[in-house]
Amino acid sequence: MLNSSPTTPNLVEIRDVYYSVGGRDIFKGLTLNVPRGKITAIMGPSGTGKTTLLRLITGQIRPTRGQVLVDDQDVSKLSRRALYALRQRMGMLFQNGALLTDMSVFENVAFPVREHTDLPESLIRNLVLTKLQAVGLRGAYKLMPHELSGGMARRVALARAMVRDPHLLIYDEPFAGLDPISMGVILRLLRNVNDALAITSIVVSHDVDEIAQVADLSYILAGGKVVASGTPKALKEDQSGLVRQFMNGLPDGPVPFHYPADDYFKELLA
Amino acid sequence: MFKALTKLLGNAVAAFGAITWFLLRILSQVPRALLRPGLVIHQIHNAGALSLVIIMTCGLFVGMVLGLQGYDMLERFGSESSLGSAAALALVKELGPVVAALLFAGRAGTALASEIGLMRATDQLVAMEIMAVDPFRHVVAPRFLGGVIALPLLTMIFIAIGIFGVQLVGVQQLGVDQGTFWSQMRGSVEVDDVMQGLIKGCVFGVACSLIAVYEGYVAEPTAEGVGRATTRTVVNSAVMTLILDYMITAVML
Ligand SMILES: Nc1ncnc2c1ncn2[C@@H]1O[C@H](COP(=O)(O)OP(=O)(O)OP(=O)(O)O)[C@@H](O)[C@H]1O
Ligand SMILES: [Mg+2]
Repeated sequence: MLNSSPTTPNLVEIRDVYYSVGGRDIFKGLTLNVPRGKITAIMGPSGTGKTTLLRLITGQIRPTRGQVLVDDQDVSKLSRRALYALRQRMGMLFQNGALLTDMSVFENVAFPVREHTDLPESLIRNLVLTKLQAVGLRGAYKLMPHELSGGMARRVALARAMVRDPHLLIYDEPFAGLDPISMGVILRLLRNVNDALAITSIVVSHDVDEIAQVADLSYILAGGKVVASGTPKALKEDQSGLVRQFMNGLPDGPVPFHYPADDYFKELLA
Repeated sequence: MFKALTKLLGNAVAAFGAITWFLLRILSQVPRALLRPGLVIHQIHNAGALSLVIIMTCGLFVGMVLGLQGYDMLERFGSESSLGSAAALALVKELGPVVAALLFAGRAGTALASEIGLMRATDQLVAMEIMAVDPFRHVVAPRFLGGVIALPLLTMIFIAIGIFGVQLVGVQQLGVDQGTFWSQMRGSVEVDDVMQGLIKGCVFGVACSLIAVYEGYVAEPTAEGVGRATTRTVVNSAVMTLILDYMITAVML
């Protein structure tokens, strides 16, 4: 269980983690900390393993080497029962929403509550509608997932992730595909939820400017390691090549934009 | 040659182990799934309603063909009066359970496999696990139980309609005496025969449902992966049904 009396300042600690899949090394000695009660941003080029990192933290996969600690427990050593107990205090927003397609919006948000508590129907109703109101979709409670746009589905998924007031909220690309208004609403929501409920948040995002507004701490991953960390402001002012390239969105720099390939002209002329 | 054979055998043993482990995981969740009968009832209805029309249509035609062929055959020995008992025995002991299982695998089994496969492909199963809900309890076990309960019921419907079909052709069309038809049938079909049909229906229900949910669950999370899972559901269910049919018949005769 994530206990409310913190014993360590960090809710999540990744210690020297190695992980490889399909013969490719994704992480080569990754170390990072997620402080309690703060919003921590994970950034990095596409395909560096940000989603993979979230899967390590939620115990879906195990590292080849190293430790993943959540609330002082090594996630990869937990029994299924203990892992499920831990996950009851986590909420996660998936990159594509991952709503249950055979249930309405209302039932999707109610799902974790119904599964884990015996609250009376009237209370569940209030709880669900409050969360849907927060993401601006109370009016859509009757719709089925296939009737939602991608951005709406993600907002419903966010309501579902928050519905049991978790201690750790994990967001995988929460802003992708949102219009500027929803983006602003979700950003404020993220900050408010984090502060009001003393939640710890981990946000994976490419939206450097947006995330800089809310994050307390940012990590930039590349090549299986943390290449830079600090407050978003500090990273903005960092003049090292890689950080500058990433924060300013420049195609040329230490991070290759292209997946490794043969020489372009040779291949065209072959 | 020898190497290829050991490899084949190894694969077979590994597949058997995997599916047994899968079955055990389902069974461990069955009591908790039964605590919420709503989900299971929904799945019985789902699997049953999907296959009902096709089961009834095929039952009727299988029965009518049986009437024609049975009459033709029995007439050669001058015993067309025993059409009722011969056809009923064939339906109750063999045709009913086997054909119903094959139809069930093709209709409900493929639907189960592709549904679960799609849930995997769209991260729904992972999302459930992150919400600390075991997909075996919420998705796999209710669907498995639904199939296990639905197939024996469908088998009985198939047999009843099949007998009606035999009667339609034999009595109404070919002129077998109505009274003889029914009394012969009642005289020769024994409780043991009905039991054999029922046991087959239950065993095939377990096999076909297990194969469907297993193939769906382990499907690769892509469009092709889900397609392959449905194909394998039909093929494996058919082969397994016929193998089990032989084994049960050999033991029970
Ligand atoms: N099952 C798998 N088999 C082989 N390689 C995989 C598998 N899953 C992920 N990968 C590889 O792992 C790397 C990291 O994937 P991941 O999804 O974590 O990236 P990401 O940082 O989340 O990218 P994005 O920002 O595009 O979502 C990718 O290069 C991908 O090719
Ligand atoms: Mg990702």
